[in-house]
Amino acid sequence: MARVLVDVMLKPEILDPQGQAVQRALPRMGFDSVTNVRQGKRFELELADADPATLRATAEQMAEKLLANTVIEDFKVTVLPADAESA
Amino acid sequence: MPARIGVVTFPGTLDDQQALRAAAAVGAGPVELWHKDRDLHQVDAVVLPGGFSYGDYLRAGAIARFSPVMDTLIDAARGGLPVLGICNGFQVLCEAHLLEGAMIRNGDLHFINRDVTVRIENNRTAWTSDYEAGAEAVIPIKNVDGRFVADERTLDTLEAEGRVLARYLANPNGAARDIAGITNAAGNVVGLMPHPEYAIDELTGPAGFIENRRVPGTDGLPFFTSILKSLVSA
Repeated sequence: MARVLVDVMLKPEILDPQGQAVQRALPRMGFDSVTNVRQGKRFELELADADPATLRATAEQMAEKLLANTVIEDFKVTVLPADAESA
Repeated sequence: MPARIGVVTFPGTLDDQQALRAAAAVGAGPVELWHKDRDLHQVDAVVLPGGFSYGDYLRAGAIARFSPVMDTLIDAARGGLPVLGICNGFQVLCEAHLLEGAMIRNGDLHFINRDVTVRIENNRTAWTSDYEAGAEAVIPIKNVDGRFVADERTLDTLEAEGRVLARYLANPNGAARDIAGITNAAGNVVGLMPHPEYAIDELTGPAGFIENRRVPGTDGLPFFTSILKSLVSA
């Protein structure tokens, strides 16, 4: 079984009202040093019978097609070593 | 035989009945379409209604865009079939890349349910020809992911090609350039965040007075009379 992470973030030029709300909340808890927060999503995929040679390309296709909306979001694919636990 | 307007129901759709009712109100033949059915049943136009298709779990409209009915609809729309996406339907059209841009969370993160005034900027589409150019219409919005965004180049293109369909007079959600709706270049595919199907009669629509101007409650009706006329004359 192979494990792949897909991190999806709003593009830098797209406003992130959810991240802004978190940014406003943190100083109220005493975390005064926070200057910016961007909120995103992570998908942890487990793939059976995956061909290691095409794993990254397959994950990128999934991200392009469904996991991210590339009009507003960027994604990053990380292929985990075969025996690794969730990073 | 009257023109047939199909309305797609996805799991989580809310406003299919209102869209069917609006189609019937203008004398069209309302046709219920089902997300799992690839067949469009010879309809002459399609409304993708509002709601939270497939729970909007991934992104608004993201999973609905891959439903069987959309396979057929995307090809048909590219071939000229008139399609109106309202609210969640607009989001589905964006996810399907039939329209540019995307919808993100409202600026204040709130679900907004309010009557808004929009100016109809383009009355040359299949869905807006019955409006006067520049007409103001009072139509309700009800959404949480209603903020239209696109990169500056796309926005400039939309403006230059006259494809901004409707603009908010008072921007409720931070939408780029006050955009409430856009059209494709051909004018057959239109996306709109406000809900014209909720503004088709005096009793249930947003009727009243705004700054001493009488609002009839039927300002959304021209979307449906427009399509009917364009189908009859086609």
